[in-house]
Amino acid sequence: MCLAVPARIVELEGDRAIVDAMGNRWKAKTTLLPDAKLGDVVLVHAGFAIALVDEEEARKTWELFAEIEDFEKTSNKVSG
Amino acid sequence: MATNPQRILLAHGGGGRLSSQLIREHILPQFTNDTLSELTDAAHLRLPSSDICFTTDSYVVKPLFFRGGDIGKLAVCGTVNDLAVSGARPLALSLALIIEEGFELEFLDRILHSASETAQRHHVTVVTGDTKTVEHGSADGIFINTAGIGVRLPDVNLGLDKVEIGDRILLSGTIGDHGMTIVSQREGIGFESPLESDCAGLAELTIALFETVPGIRFMRDPTRGGLAATLNEIVEGSRRSVEINERAVRVRPAVQAAADVLGFDVLNAANEGKFVAVVSPDAARQCLEICRGHPLGREADIIGEIVQTRDVPLVEMTTKIGGRRIVQMPYGRELPRIC
Amino acid sequence: MLDRIAKAQHTIEEACERLGRQITIMEVCGTHTVSIFRSGIRSTLPERLKLLSGPGCPVCVTDQGYIDTVLELADRDDCIIATYGDMIRVPGSDGSLEARASGGNVKVVLSSEDALQLARDNPGKTVVFIAVGFETTAPASAVAVREAAHERITNLCILSGHKLVLPAMRALLDGMNDRVDGFLCPGHVSTIIGWGAFAEIVNDYHRPCVVAGFEPVQIIEGLAEICRELAAGKPELKSVYGAVVTERGNTAAQQIVAECFEPVDGYWRGLGKIGKSTLALRERYSQFDAFRRFGLEDRPGKENRGCRCGEVLCGLIEPVECPLFGTQCTIDKPVGPCMVSSEGTCAAWFKYGRRK
Repeated sequence: MCLAVPARIVELEGDRAIVDAMGNRWKAKTTLLPDAKLGDVVLVHAGFAIALVDEEEARKTWELFAEIEDFEKTSNKVSG
Repeated sequence: MATNPQRILLAHGGGGRLSSQLIREHILPQFTNDTLSELTDAAHLRLPSSDICFTTDSYVVKPLFFRGGDIGKLAVCGTVNDLAVSGARPLALSLALIIEEGFELEFLDRILHSASETAQRHHVTVVTGDTKTVEHGSADGIFINTAGIGVRLPDVNLGLDKVEIGDRILLSGTIGDHGMTIVSQREGIGFESPLESDCAGLAELTIALFETVPGIRFMRDPTRGGLAATLNEIVEGSRRSVEINERAVRVRPAVQAAADVLGFDVLNAANEGKFVAVVSPDAARQCLEICRGHPLGREADIIGEIVQTRDVPLVEMTTKIGGRRIVQMPYGRELPRIC
Repeated sequence: MLDRIAKAQHTIEEACERLGRQITIMEVCGTHTVSIFRSGIRSTLPERLKLLSGPGCPVCVTDQGYIDTVLELADRDDCIIATYGDMIRVPGSDGSLEARASGGNVKVVLSSEDALQLARDNPGKTVVFIAVGFETTAPASAVAVREAAHERITNLCILSGHKLVLPAMRALLDGMNDRVDGFLCPGHVSTIIGWGAFAEIVNDYHRPCVVAGFEPVQIIEGLAEICRELAAGKPELKSVYGAVVTERGNTAAQQIVAECFEPVDGYWRGLGKIGKSTLALRERYSQFDAFRRFGLEDRPGKENRGCRCGEVLCGLIEPVECPLFGTQCTIDKPVGPCMVSSEGTCAAWFKYGRRK
């Protein structure tokens, strides 16, 4: 247990976020990570961000992550 | 969107005036051809050969409109592809609609337009059809059935009994695109995604293959159940074993990421614009060249081969890290999971 | 990545050689079980290294009684069951949720937030959220409960089946199966509880514990580290999942869980009653407790005759040793949760390994 994927926060309003993984975007809550900021990469499980992801370590951990040279290609939208 | 969109009424399927109106105003204008406009009970066709392939499929996809297509495009491509992988040149289709009362006519028009455009692009004619309406709640908006006729190409001799040890398995492109697009859109992971259905008609490519290369033993499009189902069907039908190499199976990163989020296996995800072919070792290279020279086959690759069975015929995969695992026939329903 | 894998494999082989005996490592996480199988890692490990799957599949360890309770609620007209997809096919004494789904009152949700939304959208029904999962998933339930309390929502309740990993590991080592040499610890549970939480296993039982993620490289490197420690005779506590796991874990999540839940004794399939191993809603949130609302008890259920899921869960037998495996119990007609759960050991063996 359990399935969780790294995704970047591309929108954030309060604890309601939109996260992005390889271009797929979906809703997630950051209630469990009050310090999460726009642009952070977080681990998302069951609709919640549960941990902050260290990007350097992430490259060594997830093949998909490492494959994308410039993960920054996802556009950050500032909201609120 | 009009405030009072025009909608389908039950009477549109009643065979009376409203039915005629629907056909004349919405259906016929999309499919202009002599055969259809005669509106006879049956289409009369003169075919160049008596070696015919005939297939049918029903389409119940939801959502009706998705990135890369819609149910109309799917209904044409799906049946065209069944004929294509059977070694036939698709010629004519029937188009039967079952529409839910209350369905917006604008959506119907879009779907019909899509079907018509797709048919034209693949040189098939919709020669006959049917329209029925059902009460609200009995159909998810619209269900479509298409049946298709094609003429078998000369020298095509397909069958799983023809499969031999050493035959190569060719996959025409990336997997999971359609399945993950549909599911993602349904589960709300779809917005602003690069995911797109690969819905496309393969006849032009398959005809090129059949007309050029001898030694194609078998072909199938891995729709529901995905690559896993098709490979298992090959095993079941040929009683041989299959070995594939995970590294050779291409998956778009966005598709893989979507599968990871939901806990799906891309091997089980549907494809609507791809085929799997079992070809003799001599034919492999030429088949690949032809595929890669066509827009729908640019990412084609040999993903494995038919091997000697050890104890029981099965599909085994060499994984990315060099390990081995079995690829089973999928259950038939993938569910999003958290564990 | 391949060179790292080769290096780790070399470490494993060397350690196995040096120890000269069978090494038994248990992975306590269903997701690890599946990853290991799916990536074909098993086939690359030396004969001497035996991998056991432990009681880490939340669906598998959920007692039959709990499942029957879920099905009872699903049969009610006034309820909507909101569940993660994992639970849909689990068989109770009389069918599964899948069979009842045609009634329209069983909804698969991706998040506890979806269950909350269902409650908002269906004021005339009671939404029962089937809250299964380990420490990774419990915080999500806690947030939903807190938000429901804040919004004064009255038609949402949760049937808590959340379980805790450490009590199960201890119960295993204390009685059920002390033949385990080391543990591959769950990566995502650790994001919540911190890798430091496993110190007690290392200290009290002198077994190496390594926290790893779920990518094949992670798992192999985790196994290599355990083997290395065993060969060196020095059990340690380590984490190779630095990307997301810290020593203390997610304190905000821990706090939210502590606010809403308390550990109570609970029934684990195959392991029986384990003290302080299950989360129950605290008194102050009792209005959201489905057990209390419907007057239900967390009772052990009757297990299917011949089903040996319990022994499989403790790593005492391998799936092939169960007489039902592959014959009466298959993916299409599962008898026990180990076969039906997407992470169940038997399912993994069946889907990715040999059938016999």
